[in-house]
Amino acid sequence: MERVQWRLVVMPVLAVVLGLACGAVLILLSGDNPAVAYWGMFQGSLGGSDAFGRTLEKATPLVLGGLAVAFAFKAGLFNIGGQGQLLLGAAFSAWVGYRFGLPAIVHIPLALLVGAVMASTLGALAGLLKATRGTHEVISTIMLNFVAANLTEWLVSRDGPWNDPDGGALARTPLIRESARLPRVGDLPTGFLVAVLAAVLIWWVVSRSTLGFEVQTVGANAKAATYAGISVTRITVIAMTISAALAGLGGAIQTQGVIDRFEPGFNTGLGFDGITIALLARTNALAVIPAALLIGAMDAGSTLMQARTDVEPEVINVIQAFILFFVAAPTVVRWLLRLRDDADDNGFELATGWGAA
Amino acid sequence: MSIAQLNKRFLLAFLAVVALMIASYQWDDGQTTAVAARTVREAAPLILAALCGLVGERSGIINIGIEGQMLLGAFVGFMAASATGNLWIGGLAAMAVAAVAGLFLAWTSIVFKMDQIIAGTVINIFGIGVTSFLYVQGRTMPSIPNWPIPGLDELPLLGRMLFNHGPLTYIAILAVVVVHIALFQTRWGLRTRAVGEHPGAADTVGVRVFRLRYVNLALAGTLAGLAGVALLQSASVFNRGMTNGKGFIALAVMIFGRYRPFGVMWAALLFGFFNALQAQLQFKQVVEVPPQFFGMIPFVLTIAVLAIAGLSSRPPAAIGQPYETE
Repeated sequence: MERVQWRLVVMPVLAVVLGLACGAVLILLSGDNPAVAYWGMFQGSLGGSDAFGRTLEKATPLVLGGLAVAFAFKAGLFNIGGQGQLLLGAAFSAWVGYRFGLPAIVHIPLALLVGAVMASTLGALAGLLKATRGTHEVISTIMLNFVAANLTEWLVSRDGPWNDPDGGALARTPLIRESARLPRVGDLPTGFLVAVLAAVLIWWVVSRSTLGFEVQTVGANAKAATYAGISVTRITVIAMTISAALAGLGGAIQTQGVIDRFEPGFNTGLGFDGITIALLARTNALAVIPAALLIGAMDAGSTLMQARTDVEPEVINVIQAFILFFVAAPTVVRWLLRLRDDADDNGFELATGWGAA
Repeated sequence: MSIAQLNKRFLLAFLAVVALMIASYQWDDGQTTAVAARTVREAAPLILAALCGLVGERSGIINIGIEGQMLLGAFVGFMAASATGNLWIGGLAAMAVAAVAGLFLAWTSIVFKMDQIIAGTVINIFGIGVTSFLYVQGRTMPSIPNWPIPGLDELPLLGRMLFNHGPLTYIAILAVVVVHIALFQTRWGLRTRAVGEHPGAADTVGVRVFRLRYVNLALAGTLAGLAGVALLQSASVFNRGMTNGKGFIALAVMIFGRYRPFGVMWAALLFGFFNALQAQLQFKQVVEVPPQFFGMIPFVLTIAVLAIAGLSSRPPAAIGQPYETE
């Protein structure tokens, strides 16, 4: 037992080390010095309290994106729509933030809540389609990413209802009011604390509540769950709704704690980070925090890395792909490093086909 | 529903579309021709990408990495064509890199029994990451020429719709016919379908399941590579993230096309039509609607189509599960 617990930590660490090694080869091939690049990345993310503050800032939406994927995983669902949910959450929180004048104690949580709730509708829709029409959530959530991107872009565009009148041709909302902004304590962004609270809450829901038990039962064996009287439809919709709300909360914090308005195009890419983080954390809500800090640190440090070596910051996406590969296939790692076999550790299983079956 | 009923329905739908096209042509020949030609052009990358998914799934492997394969194909094809000035080398390079990605998917799911959805996601993240990382601005490649078919391209409506396209559009249509015949008339096709439905049974009668999956995923990959080149055919230059979700839309096309090559073709044409209509309406400013709403159409359509077709479209029985020999 002891040894298995230890393995749970060691395999993700090995995956990260191997991922960084593959990244080093790529940097070397593109004609730069990986040691200098990684040293720059390290200093830009952990070298000093302002750098660390930046890491926390970058890690915040990643914690929530990772939680979103991890929670859906528990129900056997794959939410790759984190990007769209995040955008919707960010846009609606900005709207509440600039449109209404309220005391901070109401304004901050209200804007966060509206962002999360609006984002959760995307998850609810995907869950409903999955449960009633057999539409695979991988496709529907990705399609909703594009729908959300277009919708939010229109909302803040020049002809849109939320456009900043002082912005000229820029597509963005006005600045949110002071009362909606998440304060900073020194270099510590309070948004990160909100994310940590969310992680603890999700950990509690999954491991201690009835809902968590039902979610895990559906994830482990939907037929058995039905037999035990759990409605798979209900749990599918609830799990996707909560998952999307988490991603939306990440977007709202981004608006209220970092950008102070909504402008489309921030955090582009398909929000795949959440998948890497969730798997790195082995879908454990508390372990999502260190996993997100790691990816956040790479993100925060990439600017200094580029300044020192000309290595494009996109290299961290490639490193993430390698980390995801190694963490999703522990057998690969064992095979590469000639480790002993561990029967109860065979990665993750999701692929159950597209249809209703 | 019997085949005869299905054929009758299909014939009626086909005639209705032809009648609508003729009516529309009488009303405005220029715009009808433009939309018809664009429909076929937009359908080409979707057909090739969906056929890639189809061949993989028919052999029992879910491929959600098509988006990444297309991006890798488009990028490597562009760089190769740009470096050598030779479009053929570009096309071959695109096919090769996407085939390697297909082999990766087969390898991880066969040897390591890695979850196929996650393996596909790895291909996507890697494809987006590595093509963005290596992307250099300002490179150009020779543009892919149109191949008008002499005599036929002068026909009204049909000429521009069917007989005046870039090579990839013809290849897409050809691929539909080839994959259809190969899948339903050859020994390879029978074996592929058997492996997708019941690998255990296929194994017992001597089909080498793993080898067939490797071969098929590599072949399917070349189609995704060509789909990437088909994107270059319209754009003439590589852009970061230029697939813009087409690899995922292709999966919807595959499901809507009921895992059959000709079904895929009709489904892709439907998507192509909505794209073309969207572009034409926006271009001509026929109606005052923000462009973002037009931009949503293909994605909303994908979801709607899956919600309608999802329950009646049956995937091969063995997809997603790793196969273990006895």
